Amino acid sequence: MKYIPQLINLLAAGILLLSFAMISQRRIASLINIFALQGAALVAASVLLGYTSSNADLYVSAGLTLVLKVLLIPWLLYRVIHRLNVRWDVEPLINVPTLMIVGIGLVIFSFSLALPISRLSASIAGGSLGIALACVLLSFMMMITRSRAVPQVIGFLSMENGLIFAATAATGGMPMIVEFGIALDVLVGILILGVFMFQIREQFDSLDIHHLEKLKED
Amino acid sequence: MSALTNPSQWAHLDWLLAAVAAWLLVGTSGLFALRRLAFVARVLFPAGGAIALVVFGVALSAVFAPPEVATLPLGLPGLPFHLRLDGLSAFFLMVIAGASAGVSAFAAGYFRKGEGTPPGLLCMEYHVFLASMALVVLADDAYAFMVMWETMALSSFFLVIANHRIPEIRRAGYLYLLIAHIGAIGILLAFGVLQANTGDYTFANMRAQAHTPFWASVAFLLALFGFGAKAGLVPLHVWLPEAHPAAPSPVSALMSGVMLKTAVYGVLRVSFDLLHFQVWWWGVVLLALGLVTALFGVVFSAAQVDMKRLLAYSSIENIGLLFAGIGLAVLFSAYGMKPMAALALTAALYHVASHAFFKSLLFLGTGAVLHATGERSLGKLGGLIRYMPWVTWLTLFGALACAGLPPLGGFVSEWLLLQSFLFTPGLPSSFLNMLIPVVAALIALVAALSGYVMVKFFGVVFLGQPREEALAHAHDAGAWERLGMLWLVAGCVLLGLLPTQFIAVIDPVTRHLVGAGLGDTVAAAGWLLVPVAIERASYGPVIFLLGVAAGSAIAYLLVRALYHGRSRRSPAWDCGFPWQTARMQDTAEGFGQPIRQIFEPFFRMERELPLPSDSHPRYRVTIGDHFWHWIYLPIAAGVERLSKWIGLLQQGRIAVYLLYSFLTLVAVLLVVMR
Amino acid sequence: MSWLGFLSQLLAIVAALLLAPLMTGWVNQCRAWLQNKSAPPLLQPYRVLHKLFHKDSVLADNASQLFRAAPYIVFGCMVLASAIVPTLSTDLPLSPAADAIALVGLFALARVFISLAAMDVGTAFGSLGARREMFVGFLAEPALLMVFFCASLISKSTSLTTIVGTLAHRELAIYPSLAFAGVAFTMISLAENARIPVDNPATHLELTMIHEALILEYSGRHLALLEWAASLKLFAYSCIGLALFFPWGIAEAGAPIALLLAMPALVFKLAVGGAALAFLETISAKMRIFRVPEFLATAFMLAVIGLLVSILLGA
Repeated sequence: MKYIPQLINLLAAGILLLSFAMISQRRIASLINIFALQGAALVAASVLLGYTSSNADLYVSAGLTLVLKVLLIPWLLYRVIHRLNVRWDVEPLINVPTLMIVGIGLVIFSFSLALPISRLSASIAGGSLGIALACVLLSFMMMITRSRAVPQVIGFLSMENGLIFAATAATGGMPMIVEFGIALDVLVGILILGVFMFQIREQFDSLDIHHLEKLKED
Repeated sequence: MSALTNPSQWAHLDWLLAAVAAWLLVGTSGLFALRRLAFVARVLFPAGGAIALVVFGVALSAVFAPPEVATLPLGLPGLPFHLRLDGLSAFFLMVIAGASAGVSAFAAGYFRKGEGTPPGLLCMEYHVFLASMALVVLADDAYAFMVMWETMALSSFFLVIANHRIPEIRRAGYLYLLIAHIGAIGILLAFGVLQANTGDYTFANMRAQAHTPFWASVAFLLALFGFGAKAGLVPLHVWLPEAHPAAPSPVSALMSGVMLKTAVYGVLRVSFDLLHFQVWWWGVVLLALGLVTALFGVVFSAAQVDMKRLLAYSSIENIGLLFAGIGLAVLFSAYGMKPMAALALTAALYHVASHAFFKSLLFLGTGAVLHATGERSLGKLGGLIRYMPWVTWLTLFGALACAGLPPLGGFVSEWLLLQSFLFTPGLPSSFLNMLIPVVAALIALVAALSGYVMVKFFGVVFLGQPREEALAHAHDAGAWERLGMLWLVAGCVLLGLLPTQFIAVIDPVTRHLVGAGLGDTVAAAGWLLVPVAIERASYGPVIFLLGVAAGSAIAYLLVRALYHGRSRRSPAWDCGFPWQTARMQDTAEGFGQPIRQIFEPFFRMERELPLPSDSHPRYRVTIGDHFWHWIYLPIAAGVERLSKWIGLLQQGRIAVYLLYSFLTLVAVLLVVMR
Repeated sequence: MSWLGFLSQLLAIVAALLLAPLMTGWVNQCRAWLQNKSAPPLLQPYRVLHKLFHKDSVLADNASQLFRAAPYIVFGCMVLASAIVPTLSTDLPLSPAADAIALVGLFALARVFISLAAMDVGTAFGSLGARREMFVGFLAEPALLMVFFCASLISKSTSLTTIVGTLAHRELAIYPSLAFAGVAFTMISLAENARIPVDNPATHLELTMIHEALILEYSGRHLALLEWAASLKLFAYSCIGLALFFPWGIAEAGAPIALLLAMPALVFKLAVGGAALAFLETISAKMRIFRVPEFLATAFMLAVIGLLVSILLGA
């Protein structure tokens, strides 16, 4: 019982570790795997938090995350990349060591922001707020610096993971209506993005987003 | 006055003043023997070295003694020179004298005829340089300080342009003098702020002032600007890689090893002694500047192809580390954490001493190589271990110390600095708590990179095969040169093996500056260096050295006893390609290429790449300094433009000049009549 | 210094010297099993050392005294390293002489000497190896230092014996910062010990070598000492990893029974660690040399994140 806060801290650290791993990964297939793993860690953390705070909502949230983020969406993404035949990614727009340094800066920024708030939090996982914020910022950075569409989508999803973790850690989950709404938005968003990707591919014969710049008025 | 005639009753300060006078005497005798090389080299320089040893001994004993003051009736009427010898001055005097003793001995064998300046004149400039440095750390009022600072800058300028027939050297000297004077303006303004409108420029008066935090910060920033220009902090560093290689090697050794430390002395004096309190963001500024300087210096030194420029950039790196340590001490002191401030300050002061010794040693080694081969470029050296064994083995000590490897001196200061970083989670500000581990990581990175640079330096110059056939005629260093280098090697080794004793010497200095010292905790542990408690951290360099030596020796003896020690000679492995030449080794550019590639944004690289159709393909890379193009060239262009506008005033016609005088007269009449 | 302390110190050194080649042999065996090849015998490294010691040492014509002295110095450094790392017991009289930072400095000293020796003969391969070795080292060394700092922040000390003592006595607590530090440490050991994915210890192609290129010119007893030193380095790194992350089973001061039990515990832990290393080597491919800085920079950043996490979470 007394190991549960430490386990939650460990899972939080694992989520941060996986965010960093996503930044440095080049292969899209492993990106999807890491994303699924991050979802699984989030599920485990939600279950543990729900167990200690006896909050049934967290179990539902964990189940929702499991179905969507660990099973359905990775499967959808695999199908997409098989049909688009995308295997590799080109170099990110900025090279990996610089990304790492910027990542460290974002981590320090989030941690120093979150420290006073986490001291006020009543939840036992209050210390993880900084980690969750860092995950959100890191995924955002990943979205900005990738040059293909699929990693950008994964970055968006991972940002959503971070937000749910932040809500779970600091306040014991969001109201159920909000959770369902967000889950539905994410699912629909993925479907629309999938359609977009096919359109981009048809138009430019490649998923490199640099081509989108050709749509400028010139 | 009767005390002055009885040497046994002289105080430490009297001895030091006598030594300084002796230096000046040695210098002036050089003037009377302008071209008599034998006299200058064999008598005057060794005399200077002997005087340096006396200064070293006196300063060592003065560190533990209470402060002494004296007033010299020189200077202007009503503004005599005030002098003061306290722990900080005595420590820096020890460093100055210790390093210069070895350099003077080396210089006795080094200076040759026909290099522009006559030897006697060089001797005078050299000893005036030494005397002015000693008086800078003894000065107790702003006037004496500035006079001595200027003398130091001028004498070193003349020393830098000793080979004044070469235009690049003249240009380097000019740049050096320019930036030295820009810095001097900063220092003068800082003293002006510190005397707080009382009109009394003595340091004693400045200590008695109560400054508001605003004015104290202004003074601190001005002093940082001024002393940073002399120390070579980024972005005021551009003179260092030009001036240090341009000067003759003993002068480079003195400038790198000793003169840069007077700037560190200045910063310490202003921040801890003349100002009674420190503000936390001063420490952050010092840390940030120091870190940027250190990283910049080491990355550039990895990309150099000239041995002396490599060492000059390495000096910039070490100055950055020093300022980072001082910044940490200021930060701790601002929060009242005195023992930790003492630890950081001890690390910085230890590094002052060890850098003086190993950097001087390295420059002296390059001087010997330059004399023997006439080459400064790393692409034309190599394999000198066979022809110059003394220089090689002595320089190896310097290279190992510069790389910060145990058990030599460079490692102890690095160890102490890293230990002080581990204490930082006690800081009240959580943002600083998180920033500090990143800073510690970057300092560890800088230290590892300096190891890379030293392997490049030592390996390309001394090991491998000679890259030019002329190198086979290289001769080893003479007796005086060996003596000088041996003294510095002894310094590096002792600084590494006897840290407890040396920290006992630094203890009075830190007590005076931050109010705490490591002396008691360290002295209690004997042979081990224990800054706080033995369970927390300890380091025993003697046992370390004995352990490695014992391991090696036992392996050697056992192998010889159980098996055998036979060897055969044969050509080197060539993988089936029989036409191996010396040019197939790594060049200096090649060795530095990985660092150039990783840290590309730091450099301003201009590349000339050959086309596939070139019959004589050439590949050329030039490494430039961004700061030169971002800061100095725009300022120079701006100054030129301004001068052109002002030049419009010069019409050349007498009528216009008379008009100027008329207008001025009218304006003055208007003002006066109001 | 009690007789028990002296005995445990001596035992640590002798155990390291004897077990290090065995560990190398075990890793080779596991790797061969995983790759469906037939393995060399477990005691093969000992036979190789014996053979090398018997042979004459063939030196290049222009090899200097530095070249001939370097193997002994490197071996001496590795012996001291194995004496300081708490493998069997934390009661090591020599350990106050060098704490974690000095241990990193010790490895750096060995690396510098072997790089200088490689540059000594002046062939293309030697300088290639020296440049690459220093290149890997300049990123691996600060990363290792940061890993030690993670452990030091938790145990409030940089002395290895104190770190092990503190970590072994905490109740089964999971430190997230140590998780980061553990991943970083695994990546660093792979790089420093010349394992796939950074370097291939079994390669014969000079252009892909890092560690092998350094010792290309050596033969006979010098090569034997360098090979032994390399296996001692792997042993020391494995023991550091075990001491930092799995410290249970190491004897305390003044406990002779625990000292006897520590040896089988160590052998068991090393066997598991060696199998894990062979597994990691089998599932990875060797990286291009230009990707190595990214690999090590990732390890470095992970270690720094571990430090930051420990400050944030207080664990």
